[in-house]
Amino acid sequence: MITAEGLTKRFDDFEAVRGVSLEVREGELLALLGPNGAGKTTTVRMLSAILRPTAGRATVMGYDVVAEADRVRRSIGLLTEQPGLYPRMSGLEYLVFYGRLYGLDDEVTARRSRELFARFAMADAADRRLGTYSKGMRQKVGIIRAMLHEPSVLLLDEPTSAMDPRSAKIVRDAVAQLRRDQRSIIVCTHNLAEAEALADRIAIINAGRIVAHGTVAELKQALLGAPLMQLQLDRSLNGETQFLDELVTVEMVDGRVIRYRTAEPDRHNPELVHRLSALGLGVVSLQALPQSLEDVYLRVVGAVPAEGDEQ
Amino acid sequence: MATIEQVQRPQTGDTGAGLWPFSRHDVRMALIVTRREVRDAFRDWRIIIPIILLTLFFPLLMNFTAARMLGFVSEYGAEIIGTRLVPFLLLVVGFFPTSFSLVIALETFVGEKERRSLEPLLATPLTNAQLYLGKMLAAVVPPLFASYLGILVYLVGLALTVNWVPTWQLLVQTLLLTTIQGFVMVAGAVIVSSQTTSTRAANLLASFIIVPMALLLQFEAVVMFWGNYAGLWWLILGLAITALVLMRTGIHVFNREELLGRDIDQIRIGWMWRLFWNRLTGRDERGRYPSPGTWLRQTLGLLPALRTPFAVVLLGFAGAVVLGYVLAHRYAFPAEVQEQLASVDHLQNLASIRGALSRLPALIFAHNLRVVALASLLGVFTFGVMGFAIYMIPWAFIAYIMTQLAFADQSPWSFLLATIAPHATIELPALLLVAAAALRWQTAFIAPTGDRTISESWLAAAADFTRVFVAIVVPLLLLAALAEAYITPSVVMAVYGR
Repeated sequence: MITAEGLTKRFDDFEAVRGVSLEVREGELLALLGPNGAGKTTTVRMLSAILRPTAGRATVMGYDVVAEADRVRRSIGLLTEQPGLYPRMSGLEYLVFYGRLYGLDDEVTARRSRELFARFAMADAADRRLGTYSKGMRQKVGIIRAMLHEPSVLLLDEPTSAMDPRSAKIVRDAVAQLRRDQRSIIVCTHNLAEAEALADRIAIINAGRIVAHGTVAELKQALLGAPLMQLQLDRSLNGETQFLDELVTVEMVDGRVIRYRTAEPDRHNPELVHRLSALGLGVVSLQALPQSLEDVYLRVVGAVPAEGDEQ
Repeated sequence: MATIEQVQRPQTGDTGAGLWPFSRHDVRMALIVTRREVRDAFRDWRIIIPIILLTLFFPLLMNFTAARMLGFVSEYGAEIIGTRLVPFLLLVVGFFPTSFSLVIALETFVGEKERRSLEPLLATPLTNAQLYLGKMLAAVVPPLFASYLGILVYLVGLALTVNWVPTWQLLVQTLLLTTIQGFVMVAGAVIVSSQTTSTRAANLLASFIIVPMALLLQFEAVVMFWGNYAGLWWLILGLAITALVLMRTGIHVFNREELLGRDIDQIRIGWMWRLFWNRLTGRDERGRYPSPGTWLRQTLGLLPALRTPFAVVLLGFAGAVVLGYVLAHRYAFPAEVQEQLASVDHLQNLASIRGALSRLPALIFAHNLRVVALASLLGVFTFGVMGFAIYMIPWAFIAYIMTQLAFADQSPWSFLLATIAPHATIELPALLLVAAAALRWQTAFIAPTGDRTISESWLAAAADFTRVFVAIVVPLLLLAALAEAYITPSVVMAVYGR
């Protein structure tokens, strides 16, 4: 479990993270979204006890990231922005080395590493030098490294970047399984579809501040308004829309097509259909129009994301 | 959910006590890093080939050179040159492979940072000290192994060709010097590499290590040609202390914040000046300056922080006095010089400078300021050693003269009380205080205070030094100069004019 209260990080005159507060419960996955340089990596580095916060407080599994940094690092698995492997070592040697740092027995590490290599569709590559791996394979080794000691908390920075669709799916499935195994997970990503598919909650960070936080549905509701519905009738309404306004907010009427918003679709849609039937109007189709996380994201951080390197 | 980290026993006792800052657990964890690094190094042909060449080819070349040289000098009856040069070549054979430790150290730290493989390592339970120790051993072990092997090849070659075998003392000294030099270079390289963000910058800064080491080698050559092998023990002791100081600095420098907190090398003159100026003037975050009274109180509040350096300076002062006394016994003046010393007419001396008496306070004051400036400047380049040693030299000299006066049946206490004490009562505390402030400043990089970086600590200590100097030392030196010009002569006349 992860908590952060007013987490701030200042590098000389530059404030990379400003008062970030968040909570990730057991078995929950939080997607941290934001443009480059927004402060995602710095936040993750503070949560993994690599950087000390300038102000604020954070705990991981109940351990303070400053006072109990050693225990925090023991409790987490971190996938860094770049996997940072040693090219002259084989995949297996590399993982055995990391296993030793976590106090794992070499045999246990080797067995578990081979299982994970197989799970990530790289069984044949375990004994090959890391220098010969593709970018996606290196990324997968980074994820295996983070999972190796079975940590309760995983902090994954861009887990599927540089991966082909098949590999990305394997990784997404693995992350989903970890969540089902009651791990607390933070995923930093630019892949909004992935965030929407995986995350229980989303936090959008911009210029060091969390500017939006909630479930996908909550964010859509808060930032894009009530769900947008589209109704198609078998004939035109001929301007008789007054009865609609009593129930929902009509956005557009175009011949046989009506678009409206309602905060309570479960109650209002059947009522609407009932009234239309009473008027002798047949409903050809009724659907909720998709409102993507991308719309939410762009609404929050602006249409053009700021460029810049992560601190 | 039972996870592996929950069933592991929590690791405690991360650091050892006393001078050796590592516990057994630290060493065990560090060796995991060392083994990986060494294995990695031995897979890199760029490291292996030069090490093999320096281990086998170079000692054989030295064997050939030594044999030819011994033959040549013996033709002219100058065997002593050969017998002095052969041990030095032993040192050179050991030194060359250790110089590789510098390259490896720069590569393992800053290279890893550049390849982005450091961050995953920093996210593991390894402490800063364990990581530092592991990487330092990894940098020093392969070159040292090569050095010992090179020394062995050289010695076997000499034994077979010219039947020369070193004494046990020389062999132990060579091995110790080689080992400690390796640690000094690596510890220095860690400091260099942690302050840079690229291997290129680190290599450029490595000259700060290579140049002093080259000078050291030349100094060792002088000592060995002189044949003063006992003197090498002092050199070994000095180098060991330097290595420990550098390692301690390295442990402070080698922390996660320093390693990942910066992405580009830049000299921020504006930031440096602001930090120094704000600390010097007491300017607060809103840009307000304190009143002169508050500033003076703040400056006096800095004095408790000078306790430790002041104690060191006092110890140095006592050492200087004892040294003067011991040297006076060892190098006593001959009888005729003692007679001259007994017949010194202090009043006549005083009369000879009477013409310059009006300018004397300004001259004395300017002289003392020059000394403080010079000592402080030298201290910056000598880790504070020369910064306070310069103040001690006159006191060693005074103690020497006082002892000689005692030998000449003169009263050393009259000499001290009449010619020194009247102004030294003010001057000595001022100089000891400025020496302590300078020592604290010039050694600030060894142990940065609180959460400050090395540069922040150094600049803050420099500002504190300047504050103490301006607020306390300058007025005291001015008073001392006035006392030396006007009171001391009167006391001299009172004591010696009877």
